[in-house]
Amino acid sequence: MRYKGLLILLALVVVIGAGSAYVVDETEQVVVTQFGKPIGEPKKEPGLYFKLPIVQQANYFPKNLLEWDGDAGQIPTLDKTFIWVDTFARWKIVDPLKFFQSVGNMTGAMGRLDDIIDSAVRNFVTSYPLIETVRTSNREMDTFEMGLDQVKDTSPLGEVKVGRSKITREILEQAQPKLDKFGIELVDVKFKLLNYVEEVQKSVFNRMIAERKQIAEKFRSEGKGEARKIEGEMERELKQITSEAYRVAQETKGKADGEATRIYAQAYAKDPEFYSFVQTLDTYKETMDKETSLILSTDSEFLKLFKGYQDKGQK
Amino acid sequence: MAWDWDKLQQQKRSSGGAGGAPPQVGEVINKIKGVRGKFPALWVIVILLVLLYLGSSCFYTVAVDEVGIVQRFGKYVRTTPPGLNFKLPSGIEKVTNVKVRYVYKEEFGFRTIKADVRTRYASGDAYLNEALMLTGDLNVAVVPWIVQYRITNPYDYLFKVRNVRNTLRDLAEAAMRLVVGDRSINEVISKREEIAIQAQQLLQKELDAAETGISITTIEMKRTNVPEPVQPSFNEVNQAVQEKEKMIYQAREEYNKRVPQARGDADKTIKEAEGYALDRVNRAKGDAARFLSLYEEYVKAEDVTKRRMYLEAMRDIIPKTGQKYVVDSDQKNLLPLLNLTRTKGGQP
Repeated sequence: MRYKGLLILLALVVVIGAGSAYVVDETEQVVVTQFGKPIGEPKKEPGLYFKLPIVQQANYFPKNLLEWDGDAGQIPTLDKTFIWVDTFARWKIVDPLKFFQSVGNMTGAMGRLDDIIDSAVRNFVTSYPLIETVRTSNREMDTFEMGLDQVKDTSPLGEVKVGRSKITREILEQAQPKLDKFGIELVDVKFKLLNYVEEVQKSVFNRMIAERKQIAEKFRSEGKGEARKIEGEMERELKQITSEAYRVAQETKGKADGEATRIYAQAYAKDPEFYSFVQTLDTYKETMDKETSLILSTDSEFLKLFKGYQDKGQK
Repeated sequence: MAWDWDKLQQQKRSSGGAGGAPPQVGEVINKIKGVRGKFPALWVIVILLVLLYLGSSCFYTVAVDEVGIVQRFGKYVRTTPPGLNFKLPSGIEKVTNVKVRYVYKEEFGFRTIKADVRTRYASGDAYLNEALMLTGDLNVAVVPWIVQYRITNPYDYLFKVRNVRNTLRDLAEAAMRLVVGDRSINEVISKREEIAIQAQQLLQKELDAAETGISITTIEMKRTNVPEPVQPSFNEVNQAVQEKEKMIYQAREEYNKRVPQARGDADKTIKEAEGYALDRVNRAKGDAARFLSLYEEYVKAEDVTKRRMYLEAMRDIIPKTGQKYVVDSDQKNLLPLLNLTRTKGGQP
């Protein structure tokens, strides 16, 4: 019987001990409630804690960074383009007591986050043109292929005045005050996915195709232009080479002609009369041929003997 | 497990409350020895099992690529190196092993089905949405990529963020879209390295701010492209680039073929002119020299030389000519005698 009493005592200690001690993990925080009413400060530090068994209850809430993933949905932008937006957010329970009192559990919290963040995202996406949501800065982009002459300002995209980073920050700023009363701190809201809806996508594809075709055409005509330029240059070069050669040749010939003339003049000037005599005889030799009919008078020096011999003295 | 837990709690209480386990154990053994008949054997077995369990939960091993994170009553107390380590029994201290050397990999926009010598990928519609992105010039690009990371701060990794993997995936997608959103479609296709570097910096900053305890080893961009319906037109552009180059090369080829030839021709013309010049001058010199020599002799006997030359010339000329008519110097009218039209026929 002695053992039986001991055993009962032991069992009692175990039950009470199990009911009164509780462990708070690094990732958790606890709100202790007594008959559903919060008692004392929330336990935010990890470790071993005690409470009244049975009467008091430990309610665990996560302390670490939590995720929220929004439903992807269609939202029209200010310039009436429908885009598919998927957002996510990260949040923390900073005030477990408020959290416990206002939303109670995680499922409740997710519901509130859905309402608040979704509407904030919708508000901001619809109040900006698409380009603001897509881009972050006015960073200059290389819009055409390398090797092609840059054509600026062909795309009517416009300036980025706000940018994605700022829009997400604005969403955060709009949503946060509404979450304060739930003891929730929104760490950030970001766009995970941002795409055209299917119908828009088709027309965008068509635009992309048209744009590429135009670029391709530009390349081809550039090629043609470049080739023509080379051809022209070649023609010019050819003309230059030929004409220069002609000039040099004529100069050389002219000089030689001059030189020859000078030499002839110098030589023949000694006796122009004899020169013409010699030259005339040479010319006769060259010009007379079988076609020539010769009518010679007996007066000539050559035929004068035909008529008869005359003494030297008589002449 | 619940059964074990109860026993454990029981042991914990009793050992804690009675100032150490050994007396309690001794007592139990005594009971076993002394009152074997009275005490049920079941209790002995249960107590032995509990002792065995507590003993075995006092040591644990940490693999080479891991560290052990020890929590006492939920609170972090120490990090242990690889090897055999000891701790207080379970219920008091809990250990979680974290692989700190292992490089984890996350794929975006595709999934590796089977990594082998020939790795196969799945890139169906299911993952396409992950990879489809709006570029800064409002075009659509397909951007698949890989993030490789390691756990560098096991404490943050375990305790600071609830679902690190999901957080990483979300942040990586957001970071990549932010980077791609500020680039043109051309840059997305041709400057992948640059994008990877910028996305990595951005993502690492976000991960540090969120205290995820992980650091990115690499972000590797897979083949970025345009969506399938648009691809032919992009290929056309590439083709056009080739065509352009071809046209230019052809023009250059023609140029290189014709210009040197023209230069050769020009050289030839000039050389010919030079030849002409030499010829002309030499002939002149020759002629002059001949004349001068002739003249020299002629001066010595003018009349005789002249007559001789004249007669010699006539001797050469007369036989070569066709018809010859000798007319008396007294005959005044020649025409009646001649039928000049006949002269053209050569021999009469």
